[in-house]
Amino acid sequence: MSAVADTHAQDHHHGPAKGMTRWLLTTNHKDIGSMYLIFSFAMFLLGGSMAMVIRAELFQPGLQIVEPEFFNQMTTMHGLIMVFGAVMPAFVGLANWMLPLMVGAPDMALPRMNNWSFWLLPAAFLMLVSTLFMQGGAPNFGWTFYAPLSTTYGPPSTTFFIFAVHIMGISSIMGAINVIATILNMRAPGMTLMKMPLFVWTWLITAFLLIAVMPVLAGVVTMMLMDINFGTSFFDAAGGGDPVLFQHVFWFFGHPEVYIMILPAFGVVSHIIPAFARKPLFGYASMVYAVGAIALLSFLVWAHHMFTVGIPIFGQLFFMYATMLIAVPTGVKVFNWVATMFRGSMTFETPMLFSVAFVILFTIGGFSGLMLAIAPADFQYHDTYFVVAHFHYVLVPGAIFGIFAAAYYWLPKWTGTMYDETLGKTHFWLSFVGMNLAFFPMHFLGLAGMPRRIPDYALQFADFNMVSSVGAFMFGATQLLFLFIVVKCVRGYGEKASAKPWEGAEGLEWTVPSPAPYHTFATPPDVK
Amino acid sequence: MANNQTYYVPEQSKWPIVATIGMFLLMYGVASIMVNNSQGEPTQASWFMFLAGALVMVYMLFGWFGSVIRESRAGLYSEQMDRSFRWGMAWFIFSEVMFFAAFFGALFYVRVFVVPWLGGEGDKGTSAMLWEGFQANWPLINTPNPEAYPPPDGIIGPWGLPLINTILLVTSSFTITVAHHALKEDNRKKVKIWLGATIVLALVFLGLQAEEYVHAYQDLNLTLQSGIYGSTFFMLTGFHGAHVILGTLILIVMMVRIQKGHFTGDNHFGFEAASWYWHFVDVVWLGLFVFVYVI
Repeated sequence: MSAVADTHAQDHHHGPAKGMTRWLLTTNHKDIGSMYLIFSFAMFLLGGSMAMVIRAELFQPGLQIVEPEFFNQMTTMHGLIMVFGAVMPAFVGLANWMLPLMVGAPDMALPRMNNWSFWLLPAAFLMLVSTLFMQGGAPNFGWTFYAPLSTTYGPPSTTFFIFAVHIMGISSIMGAINVIATILNMRAPGMTLMKMPLFVWTWLITAFLLIAVMPVLAGVVTMMLMDINFGTSFFDAAGGGDPVLFQHVFWFFGHPEVYIMILPAFGVVSHIIPAFARKPLFGYASMVYAVGAIALLSFLVWAHHMFTVGIPIFGQLFFMYATMLIAVPTGVKVFNWVATMFRGSMTFETPMLFSVAFVILFTIGGFSGLMLAIAPADFQYHDTYFVVAHFHYVLVPGAIFGIFAAAYYWLPKWTGTMYDETLGKTHFWLSFVGMNLAFFPMHFLGLAGMPRRIPDYALQFADFNMVSSVGAFMFGATQLLFLFIVVKCVRGYGEKASAKPWEGAEGLEWTVPSPAPYHTFATPPDVK
Repeated sequence: MANNQTYYVPEQSKWPIVATIGMFLLMYGVASIMVNNSQGEPTQASWFMFLAGALVMVYMLFGWFGSVIRESRAGLYSEQMDRSFRWGMAWFIFSEVMFFAAFFGALFYVRVFVVPWLGGEGDKGTSAMLWEGFQANWPLINTPNPEAYPPPDGIIGPWGLPLINTILLVTSSFTITVAHHALKEDNRKKVKIWLGATIVLALVFLGLQAEEYVHAYQDLNLTLQSGIYGSTFFMLTGFHGAHVILGTLILIVMMVRIQKGHFTGDNHFGFEAASWYWHFVDVVWLGLFVFVYVI
């Protein structure tokens, strides 16, 4: 590999601009990546504080802190903010930072559009959060906004929610187009598709999923908009429509969406486990094919979210078997991660701790997903806390732990400073314990029949709910420690990081200095 | 994969943030017009916000595309940049295809499942309880609840205006291709004639489509409110029409650029992208003609 040092060859390649204009007007993938990550963490705290309200209300049976209407707004906004504001932008931020470094490109393919993709997000969330202060309150129908709850019975602010979703969708589609153009067109000479790092592969497939399904989300909210404001009857049987139509279109978006939130984490973990096991990734090609298979299958399983609405028996069987099929490529991935660790000379720095926890806990979430996929059993679990436990197990120790692992792994590259290992490990263990305390009891609550999205519950559920709330508070408070750790790194307090601080790490990103110069790979390196 | 040439990374640009402000004002304005309307509150301020947003967006579009055109004509873009634009446009069109797929999917689901079920088919039987005597048929010229959704008196047959429109759009796909080939040969007079013909065909299409809508609303009582037939009909043809309007604007911009002497025989991706978009609009129409009008 050559030409790794920062080059000032071109006149316009200088350092960052001073002041606010640097951030407002930037076309630099590193600046934009940082903004995405900061925005995502801010949304994580906002959505998290809403979760704290939910858990505080559920600490004890009975209504004590908030009105039921407000509780519904909290569950809705918590879900929307975490999905669209925290997890997705965090992965786009990682993509912005790392893809050009990993493929040896000077920047993203379309740098100005990249900045627009970012800045649309604060606009969208300003609009979404402003609904909290509107007459009739914020959306209160759950993050899945099922019709007719959201159409006939939704608050007036639903129209603002719809336009906020449109803006998020535009942002995501442009971000995804940028990612695909960068990966397909900007790779350094010699980097063939099957030599691409797995984070690049998983993002390529994620971007494809985004472009395929975000427009479908735009379509379904447009149908809602028309039903609410212009008298159409897409979701009203009185006019020949069907509320179930909403669920079909929504989940055609929604199921690929959940893979959008996990595939980049698969990529991250596939970098970190080999680095700290000091062994090459086991089964690279099978990892790529497995991600592809998961993505394709994700288009064929949407109705497993709707077993109880009364779809024909053939449909139930088809979607049940198709869903179970996903366990095969997912199993390939888990097996490969374990095989990579097997007989490796492992060390457990913070990124590795998060990654190992990812493999174990995501697998638990995968297994509860398998249980939910069984149509007859799903009739029992549907809309109970078992579902809440399931998707929090794939999203918190899945997506979020993947993001934390990535942040610790690449922080030295971003900031030039090593994070505090003791604090990092403390963050991990408190998060690990807090998260399991919060979500594991929900399995039992759900199996015993506690319904989700209800601010009150029967006395028999009191103990587990209290444990769950304590765990949630612990997990929530711990995230302030993460903020402290990152700020410390950004401010430069800590050991200076070398270009390659992890001895087992592989990839082009470790060939540039730490912190990565403002412009890297102005001329692409050669990849052997 | 890249070869080792340098890739143009633009300087700082104000256009993304201008575009964000424009889009926020526009969308917030539209939403508050709708909400205030439904609650019987005044909408002047909302309209002002919407128009301000629209103006900012127009300013942004001229400015942003203007910079791209200037950079391109200054020779700052490499072949690799050209490929980025190609990938970008291709995937953008794919996203548009998926947007229409949502509405086509809704149409198919309604026709294959919902309406027969409402008519009592299978073991669903809901309509037998809710709307006794509802007869399922397609086109749905009776709705389960005619008070809430007054049914249309008739629908638009395929073999009148829609057939003419089909011929117009298919012809326009040919004319734009002829114009593209003429541009490749650097025969600019020929480009202007055939591109001009494409624009005329597009405008005639839009005029006929408007006439069809007036006919539907005034004579047939076929409206957005007349049940699921009207909903799917107007949403599919309406979104298609909106895309034709956008496509026509793009073609007009291409005409202006040709007049100004932009593009060369081997470097004219702007024109090619416009023609890709036009073909996409045409293909969507063929789907509409078959599934909305004929079948």
